[in-house]
Amino acid sequence: MSVIFYVLAALTVAGALAAVLLKNTVHCALALTVAFAGLALLFLQLDAQFAGFAQILVYIGAVAILVVFAILLTRGSETPKDGVYSRNWPVGLVIAACVFAVLGWAVLHSISAFRQGPSAAPVVTVLDIGNALMGRYVLPLEIVALLLTAALIGAVIVAMHEKERPK
Amino acid sequence: MIATADQIFVLLQHWLVSFLPAVLQPVAAVLLSVVGIVAVFPTLFALAVWMERKGLGRMQNRLGPNRVGPFGLLQPIADGIKSLTKEDIVPLSADAVVHFMAPVVLVVVVFMGIAVLPIGRNMTLVSMDSGLLFFFAMGASTELSVFMAGWSSRNKYSLLGAMRGVAQMISYEVPLLMSSVAVVMITGSLSLDKIVAAQNQYTWGLPHWYIFTPWGLAAFVMFAIAATAETNRSPFDLPEGESELVAGYFTEYSGFKFALFFLGEYVGMLSISGLGTTLFLGGWSAPFSILGFVPSWIWFFAKVMLSICVFIWVRGTLPRMRQDQLMNFAWKFVLPLTLLNLFVAALWRILGDGWQRWALCSAILLLAYGLMARIGMYREHIGPRKYRYAE
Amino acid sequence: MTPLAGYLLVAALLFSIGLAGALTRRNAILVLIGIELMLNAANLNLIAFWRYGPHPEALTGMMFAIFSIAVAAAEAAVGLGLVISIHRHAHTTDLDALNRMKG
Repeated sequence: MSVIFYVLAALTVAGALAAVLLKNTVHCALALTVAFAGLALLFLQLDAQFAGFAQILVYIGAVAILVVFAILLTRGSETPKDGVYSRNWPVGLVIAACVFAVLGWAVLHSISAFRQGPSAAPVVTVLDIGNALMGRYVLPLEIVALLLTAALIGAVIVAMHEKERPK
Repeated sequence: MIATADQIFVLLQHWLVSFLPAVLQPVAAVLLSVVGIVAVFPTLFALAVWMERKGLGRMQNRLGPNRVGPFGLLQPIADGIKSLTKEDIVPLSADAVVHFMAPVVLVVVVFMGIAVLPIGRNMTLVSMDSGLLFFFAMGASTELSVFMAGWSSRNKYSLLGAMRGVAQMISYEVPLLMSSVAVVMITGSLSLDKIVAAQNQYTWGLPHWYIFTPWGLAAFVMFAIAATAETNRSPFDLPEGESELVAGYFTEYSGFKFALFFLGEYVGMLSISGLGTTLFLGGWSAPFSILGFVPSWIWFFAKVMLSICVFIWVRGTLPRMRQDQLMNFAWKFVLPLTLLNLFVAALWRILGDGWQRWALCSAILLLAYGLMARIGMYREHIGPRKYRYAE
Repeated sequence: MTPLAGYLLVAALLFSIGLAGALTRRNAILVLIGIELMLNAANLNLIAFWRYGPHPEALTGMMFAIFSIAVAAAEAAVGLGLVISIHRHAHTTDLDALNRMKG
C-alpha cells in the first residue's frame, strides 16, 4: 500500500509544481489536470469512491475545461514580455514556505496523526450518501443548489458582451 | 450445457488462472479479462468500420469496398496496414509532448469506460457500486483529449474544430447524464449490474426493459441524441466537418496517431452503445423468456451492433447541423425534456402498477413534445426557413 | 497502511504550492489555478480525516468534501468569468499592470 501512496503523492505534487512553475499557460492547465487526477486516485485509495469519481467528473471534466477556455479567450498562450513571475515573487515564495513550515510542524508534532487508523474500510454505498443528502444534509444541499444557480446566472451576466449603448 | 455456454468465458478464466499460485491469481484474473476486452473491442471496431463503409455505400447508391476480401471483409486490415506504415508527420511548431499525448489519452480513457459494462452474466470486469458515475467520469475526460489535439497542432482549423467539439461535448453531457438519472431513480442503484438485473424479469414472456415504458422510450431517444453528439457523429460532426475544417481537430495527425484517433472514436461509439444497451435495452437479457437458452454475451453484442447500425443509418440519412442550431437544440429542447422526463419517471414510480400510469405518463410526454416541438417550429430561428427570392 | 501524517503532509505541500502559485504569478488565471490547488488540498485533508477518524460511517468528511467540490466549481466559473470580462476591458490579464486602483 505504501508504494502506491508514494507514487500517487509524487504524481500529484509533480503536477502541482508544474502547474505553478511552467511558462506556457496551457501547459500549466494540463499539469493541473494531472494533479487533479492524482488527487482523485488518492481519494480512491482512501476508500472514498464517490468523492473520487465526483472529483474526476467535476474537476477534470468541467473546471479544467473552463480554465483552458478562459486561457484561450484571454490569449494567455502568448508569453508576456516581462516574464511570467510578478515583481514581488520572493515575498510570495517566503510566505508559502512559512505556511508549509507551520503546517508541517503541526502535523509532525501531533500525537493523533501517527495513530493507526481503523483497518476495515468503511463500506460507503451510494444509498448511504443519498440518504445522508436527503436526511441530515438537506439544508446544505438546498443552499448549494441556490449557490450554483446564482453562480451560473452571475457568470453568464459578468462575461456577457454588453449591448452597444445607442449614441 | 446452456449454463456452460453462457458462462464459457468465466469458466475459461477460472481454468487458466488455476495454474498459477494463489498469490498471483487475482492479478492474473484481471489481466486475462483485460486481454479479452483489448482483443474483442478492436475486432468489433474493424467490423463496425466495414459495416459503415458498406452500409454508407449502399445508402448512397454505390457498392462499398469489395476488392480486398470476400465482400471487402479484409478492408479494415488493409486500412490498418496503411495507417501503420504511413510517415508520422509532426508540424515544426507543434507542441510535441501534448501532440503525442492526445491520442494516447483518448484511447486509454475510452477503454477504461468499457471496464464497468456488464457484457454477460457475471462478466463485468470491475463490478463497482457507482459504476455509472465512473463511466460518465471517463466520458468527461475525452473532452480534454479533443482540446489537447486541437491546441497542440498550432493550426487555426484544428483549434476551431477543437473548440466546437468541446463546446458540443459539454453541452450534450448534461442531457446524457439527466436521461440516465431517470433509469437510476427507478432502479435505485448506480451499479450497472443491478440495473441489468432489474430489467431481467419477464411478464407474459415480454421483458421489463426500460425502453418499453413511456419515460424509458423518451429517455432512450434523448440518450441516443446525446450519445451521437458526444461521439461527434453525424449529424453532429461539425468539429470534424470535412467540407469546412479539413479534418477538424485531427488535421495534423497522420499515420499511427490518426489510426489511434479513429480507433478511439469508434470504440467510444461501441462503449456508449454498450451503456445505452445496459441502461435501456436490458443489457445481456434475452428479448423473450423462451430465448433464454442463447448465451447472454451474444445478446449484449447483438444489441450493441444493432445500435452501431442505427448510428450508421443516421449518418447516411441526415444532413449536418450547424453549430448554433446544435447548441440551441441541446439547451432549449433536449435538456427541458430530460428534466420533464425525470418528473414523469417519478410519477411512474409513485402511481404503482396499472393502466393509469401508462396513460398519464404517455399523455404528459406527448403533450410536452407536441408543445415544444410543433409549436416551436413556428418560431423563426427554430422552424423551417422562409426564403426570399430575388424578383 | 500509510499513517494519517502522510496524507496530511501531502495536503500541506499542495496547499503551500498553490499559495506560492497564487502569490507569485502574473497571469490572473494562474492565480485562480493556485486557488483551485488550495481547495483540493483542503479536500484531501477532509477525506483523510474522515477515513482515519473514529466514525467513518457518519459520512461527515465525505459530505463536506463533496459540497466543497461543488462550491469550488461555482467559484471557478465566476472567477474565470470575471477574468474574461477584465480582459475585454483592459486587454490584459497581467496583474502587475492592473493597478488603476492603487495609491
